Amino acid sequence: MSSAHNHVTTTVSFDEALTRYDPVIGLEVHVELGTASKMFCACSTEFGAPPNTQVCPVCLALPGAMPVINAKAVESIIRMGLALHCSIATWCRMARKNYFYPDMPKNFQISQYDEPICTDGWLDVLVPNEDGSTELVRVEIERVHLEEDTGKLTHAGGATGRIHGADYSLVDYNRAGIPLVEIVTKPITGTAALAPAVAKAYVAELRDIMRDLGVSDVKMEEGSLRCDANLSLNIPGDAWGTRTETKNVNSLRSVERAVRSEIERQAAVLDKGGVIRQETRHFHEDTGVTTPGRSKEEAEDYRYFPEPDLVPIAPDPAWVEKLRASIPQQPSLRRAGLATAWGISAFDMESLVNAGVLALVEAAVADGVAPDTARKWWAGELLRQANDRGVPPQELAVTGADILRVDELIATGALNDQLARQVFDGVLLGEGSVDDVVAARGLGVVTDETELLAAIDQALADQPEVAEKIRAGKIAAAGAIVGGVMKATRGRADASRVRELILSRCEVSG
Amino acid sequence: MNSTPKGPVNPDMAADLIRQSARVLAEAIKSGEVSAREVTQAHLDRIGAVDERVHAFLHVDTDAALAHADRVDVKRAAGEQLGDLAGVPLALKDILAMKGVPTTCGSKILQGWLPPYDSTIVERLRAADIIILGKTNMDEFAMGSSTEYSAYGPSHNPWDLNRIPGGSGGGSAAAVAAFEAPLAIGTDTGGSIRQPAALTGTVGVKPTYGSVSRYGLVALASSLDQAGPCARTVLDAAYLHSVIAGHDPHDSTSINAAVPDVVAAAMKADVRGLRIGLVKQLSGAGYQPGVLQRFNEAVDVLAQLGAEIVEVDCPHFDEAMSAYYLILPSECSSNLARFDGMRYGLRVQDGGDAGVETVMADTREMGFGPEVKRRIMLGTYALSSGYYDAYYGQAQKIRTLIIEDFTRAFGQVDVLVSPTTPTTAFPLGEKVDDPLAMYLNDIATIPVNLAGNCALSLPIGLSPADGLPVGLQVMAPTMADDRLYLVGAALESALFDRWGHLLIEEAPAL
Repeated sequence: MSSAHNHVTTTVSFDEALTRYDPVIGLEVHVELGTASKMFCACSTEFGAPPNTQVCPVCLALPGAMPVINAKAVESIIRMGLALHCSIATWCRMARKNYFYPDMPKNFQISQYDEPICTDGWLDVLVPNEDGSTELVRVEIERVHLEEDTGKLTHAGGATGRIHGADYSLVDYNRAGIPLVEIVTKPITGTAALAPAVAKAYVAELRDIMRDLGVSDVKMEEGSLRCDANLSLNIPGDAWGTRTETKNVNSLRSVERAVRSEIERQAAVLDKGGVIRQETRHFHEDTGVTTPGRSKEEAEDYRYFPEPDLVPIAPDPAWVEKLRASIPQQPSLRRAGLATAWGISAFDMESLVNAGVLALVEAAVADGVAPDTARKWWAGELLRQANDRGVPPQELAVTGADILRVDELIATGALNDQLARQVFDGVLLGEGSVDDVVAARGLGVVTDETELLAAIDQALADQPEVAEKIRAGKIAAAGAIVGGVMKATRGRADASRVRELILSRCEVSG
Repeated sequence: MNSTPKGPVNPDMAADLIRQSARVLAEAIKSGEVSAREVTQAHLDRIGAVDERVHAFLHVDTDAALAHADRVDVKRAAGEQLGDLAGVPLALKDILAMKGVPTTCGSKILQGWLPPYDSTIVERLRAADIIILGKTNMDEFAMGSSTEYSAYGPSHNPWDLNRIPGGSGGGSAAAVAAFEAPLAIGTDTGGSIRQPAALTGTVGVKPTYGSVSRYGLVALASSLDQAGPCARTVLDAAYLHSVIAGHDPHDSTSINAAVPDVVAAAMKADVRGLRIGLVKQLSGAGYQPGVLQRFNEAVDVLAQLGAEIVEVDCPHFDEAMSAYYLILPSECSSNLARFDGMRYGLRVQDGGDAGVETVMADTREMGFGPEVKRRIMLGTYALSSGYYDAYYGQAQKIRTLIIEDFTRAFGQVDVLVSPTTPTTAFPLGEKVDDPLAMYLNDIATIPVNLAGNCALSLPIGLSPADGLPVGLQVMAPTMADDRLYLVGAALESALFDRWGHLLIEEAPAL
């Protein structure tokens, strides 16, 4: 048994590992493109259809069938390459990657080898430090290339869920031929303890870019974005160590955890004087550790050669320039700019993004709503309304003008926040404009103090023991009376004014 | 000169339908002189009478052929416009997918496979109302020059049943030569249409690469394969050529340009003022004296017809064979990878305990014949890491040099001519265990496949040594296929005048 197979009993903490070793990471991200049809045929790419219902002679590799490249996929990858600051090839070819596996109908994958369509790019990612500040890290991109996905194998029986030991295996070719883009970084060095965070931030940034470009739905849980993490450790100043490739990293959190756990594992092996085997490892979400897969010591010979059934890809430079002009600003940088302009923290910005309302806040601000107001409503009441209705927030029929009007009414004291919620509810139920709903539902703030005083007296009479406490100087108890008044006026009262009136009624000073 | 090529004139056509040219048959059907059903039945009867000895067909589609013929007759009766070859029977090489009809490629591995789709050629033939009689025999996956590598037994040369009809498309050529069909479709990767044509006294054309769709043509070597017409006259071949050629969006290597008017060229049949080049490298050592004698006589005829004869040097043609036997096996090793028993055709070890790798390996071991295995192994080796540059890479460079030889030659002359094959038909069994001797059959035809331009073979007489047919090859530049017909028809016409009949009329009765 070689030392690499030895069960590592000693553990090394992450922080400890970094005192002795420098990590080098490399990330390979596969993105399934969101084209309506497959890479080389007209079959649908819809997720979740019954097995083998989205297949044809081409993607089943029936004898005689031939591929025809999906022009939309070529456009998508060029836009991705441009967003990642890559050079776009003026002439390149697809290549055949030959190997036998039952999930691959042709027993070769049409991919790209030494002529990728996009090369030499970079991406700046904002990486959070432990102290909450952020650091800008430049990740260099080696290549972005186009290929096709394989079918999906399900292994029945056997203990491991893998092909070896299975009783039988089922193949679903619906996924076979779905356009796939592979984005490969150059080795990322010098990140030290930030390595896991850099990996996570990079994949998150890629995901946001793809979403912004509209080229993929980038759902890690459905496999439309998949990440393989390469990692090696070396003693500072030494040559890079042997790398492992960790697969099955299916969430952003897993990217971070996988890099972290592999740093710890390799450090433990190296500390014991062991050697790292060049191999593929599988990450396990449940335990957070990696286990060895097939060894890569004898590199498989894929016998690449240019795909003779396809003509070269030679994008018109003028068209590429047109695409370049349409590339939106990089999401994180745009967000950082917005956060500064709106005067909010990176954390607040992230919660807007996570809530899926950033674009709505931006639109409201563009309509003249103050950023804080737009944020308050979209991240608060409107998001709640969307959740209650079970729809994404962008489907709510609320305009910037509606928010603006509500904000004006609050500023003049004609509405309060609680009433405003009811106004939005009415607007969303199609009861008309903000003013229509206010009028129809009678939602104006009560300004007539006689009406308020009557309500206060009633509330004090209803809760005599509370009234006694207030009179005895327990001002905090006034909240219960405010609640009663608000209930009686169906929220139409100004709570702070009600509070003042309660205190003067009880002859105590706030 | 306007000497339209002549077909045999038979006063009692109905008695001898099988000996008519396709065009004569089409006109007779159009005029109502005979029905498409009568024509089809006559050919089915002929197949029934002689094919046991010729073995041109692997599958005869009697019912569908007669049903289609009836539809043509109904159309005619209804006064509908009929195509130029409507109602004419045709034999289809078994390498073209045809919906619901066995398509074996001459291999055991595809035994029992019924394609669920039509190749583009079949669609075009159907649309032209050409009656497909059945599928013709061939060397397994088109690898061979004699049909002896067919898994279903060899075809026999109608001129001498103890001799090979050439290959790989020996079945198609034999069907035409044996009057089982006036037309056939072949495919030509290194000479598989032209060499059988030369050896059976018929006409065969390899059109410009990309001018006839390969969709549904089971690929041997994608960058070399091209389907084309087989017939007994140049004009018939031209008509069939114009039916099958043209752009196809399902084949991305298909040329999107107008097909040259090959029918008009065949009718014009005029070589006056044309410069015709004799390729120095395609003559001399290795060519039988009888072949060279007939070739030289034919060149004299062309000179007499008013062509200017020039000797042309194509130095890299000497390397064509070496380059071809690296490029073809390389592509074929990848193209044939899909035959693994997983989705169609033969599967051995099914249902037992054997794992997927065993099933794949055993299926390929049982399903493929020796020549197919030989070339898959050659190609796998040639593409291997470390050998790629020395083999595949070098071969591609030679290919470029051969293209340059052609370009230079066509700067000097309008067409090139050579003997189609170095020898006449050889006895069955003579070369089946000597692959190199077998490969040499294609020494004159291979350069055109490597360069992608076009060529035609037509019969020019019988070798004085053995009384067997000799073919002459005309080669023209890319997308100048019309020149093949201009020269071929002029020579055919002059020879017809000399002999008073087509050469094929001299074939022994079967």
